[in-house]
Amino acid sequence: MTEVLITETAVRAPQLTRRPFRLGRNRSRALRPWYRITTLMIGLTLVAFLVLVAVLAPVIATHDPIAQNLTAILQPPSAQHWLGTDKVGRDVFSRLVYGTRIDLRVGFLAVLIPFVVGSALGAVSGYFGGVIDAVIMRIVDVFFAFPFYVLVIALVYVLGSGERAIYLAIAAVSWVSYCRIVRAEVLVAKNQDYVVAARLGGLSHSRIIGGHILRNVIAQAVVYAMSDIVLDILAIVTLGYLGLGIQPPAPDWGGMIIDGQPFITTQWWLATVPGLAVVFTGLALSLTGDGLADLLAPERRK
Amino acid sequence: MTAKGSGAVTDYHPALHVRNLRIGIRRRGGDVVLVDDVSFSVAPGERYGVVGESGSGKSMTLRAIAGLLPAGVEVLSGEVDYAGGDLLAMPPRQRRALMGPGIAMIFQEPLTALNPTARVGAQIAEGPREHLGLSRRQAALLAIDMMRRTGIPDPERRAQAFPHELSGGMRQRIMIALALSCSPKILLCDEPTTALDVTVADQVLKLLSELCDELGTALVFVTHDLAVVAQTCQRIGVMYAGRLIEKGSVSDVFAEPRHPYTLGLIESAPDFDRPERPLLPIPGTPPSPVDLPPGCAFGPRCGFVQDDCRAGRVELAGIAPGREAACLHPVEAHR
Repeated sequence: MTEVLITETAVRAPQLTRRPFRLGRNRSRALRPWYRITTLMIGLTLVAFLVLVAVLAPVIATHDPIAQNLTAILQPPSAQHWLGTDKVGRDVFSRLVYGTRIDLRVGFLAVLIPFVVGSALGAVSGYFGGVIDAVIMRIVDVFFAFPFYVLVIALVYVLGSGERAIYLAIAAVSWVSYCRIVRAEVLVAKNQDYVVAARLGGLSHSRIIGGHILRNVIAQAVVYAMSDIVLDILAIVTLGYLGLGIQPPAPDWGGMIIDGQPFITTQWWLATVPGLAVVFTGLALSLTGDGLADLLAPERRK
Repeated sequence: MTAKGSGAVTDYHPALHVRNLRIGIRRRGGDVVLVDDVSFSVAPGERYGVVGESGSGKSMTLRAIAGLLPAGVEVLSGEVDYAGGDLLAMPPRQRRALMGPGIAMIFQEPLTALNPTARVGAQIAEGPREHLGLSRRQAALLAIDMMRRTGIPDPERRAQAFPHELSGGMRQRIMIALALSCSPKILLCDEPTTALDVTVADQVLKLLSELCDELGTALVFVTHDLAVVAQTCQRIGVMYAGRLIEKGSVSDVFAEPRHPYTLGLIESAPDFDRPERPLLPIPGTPPSPVDLPPGCAFGPRCGFVQDDCRAGRVELAGIAPGREAACLHPVEAHR
């Protein structure tokens, strides 16, 4: 035991003396620049790849994603059709690439509105408490009382299917999650000494919420948002399955999975490849979320 | 000045005047009184110490002045006069405007009192931006200047640090810089050195005194540590069981304590000038606020107790110029 300690010290000591002065270990980790956080870097790279594919879809795609060719249906992957063709002879690779466009857009936009609205209401609810809190939280309870899909399907049905209806339906339902997450965090944060100190410093409520509380609690909501995008993409897939999603022939991964389902034993790639795309997207966003949590909460990395 | 009070100077305009402050918890069947009839005043630039054991009500008094009483505890009666108004009676908005440039506070534990996700420079700059109307850049420069004045080396670089990257003493210096950034008239300190090493605490106290003198800031200093008060403050109030039981200048009170409790406090603390003196603990424990003994609250623990001590409430009374004690049989100057 002692021997080990001595040798370790002996090995480390010269290194330490050569290093420039630092404020201890915490500093080097906390001030680690964002590009040194491994999960964030991998996640962002994958997301960047997806965004690139979505933006450059017309360049990358080898065929028109909705052009049918009934003389070449259900073909296996080949030089001409890299991932084969579906039951009406559309090029699966091209549909996959264009699907990235639609699914990412819907996923991001469907998260953006509830993130902003839910976080703001949650912060106000937790910070002020009392009647405001009671009213907002009872509304949240009402939304939570319904199963997610029941409400989304009902809303999409009322609003009429299509992309915009999907955004609105998902936004109307999922803001409550952000509201609850942020409220719970604010309840803890608002009694922290630094918030009390800020109140004592005579800062305005908006400055305290925006400058002191939200920046300490928003990381949770951001991390949740990343997985929420994946859930929303799954929701779109589900809606597609029920005929309420992205309307054919526009390519989206959910529709492709459903179209490929009958052929899972013979042409397995038809459903598998878009499924893998969903998994890949989920991985990319989860890693980004984890990395962001690290980045936004330096005190967590002691 | 006819009030029972504070100092013999006639043209005395206190920066802060606490009058007959009662703090407690309202309950059916009688309020629980935690702070009873506390009055003291602090002159501009003066440093006033409030000493007492845990539970004596000293922190509650300070929190009431700052408007930070915990939930359920409220001011039952009394006034806190500041700048011609009663802090306890004014609307929150008006009160908030006074905080920062008027009254600031330093907390016991600087790590939790600083926002963990904001750089310390930005936190110091926030108050001046809000209250003094400085631009972002001016406020940042002021923050760096305040950090330099609190003796933080290389303030330009440290301003970019997060609180957890700094040492305890450094954080408390940041707190001081933050609290003094708007040059407040009054600085409330709640045991600001308890979380620090003795040597660091000593430096921080010296710094605090110097800066308050420079800025003309009055200090209200709450602590259980007699040595800290002796080093920092000019006048002192000793609290016991929610009441002030002795007031006077630090030198007088330490040289000739008149209340037996004050004497007990001094004799139970080590005196480095007379290391051979034995430490004499005060027998017993402080009474519970729900079950105060009749008469003098210190009676059951007092070595000088007489029958009349138990008869009725013992009020603070002047016993010498600038000295008050709540004792019917004050300790004579025999030490």
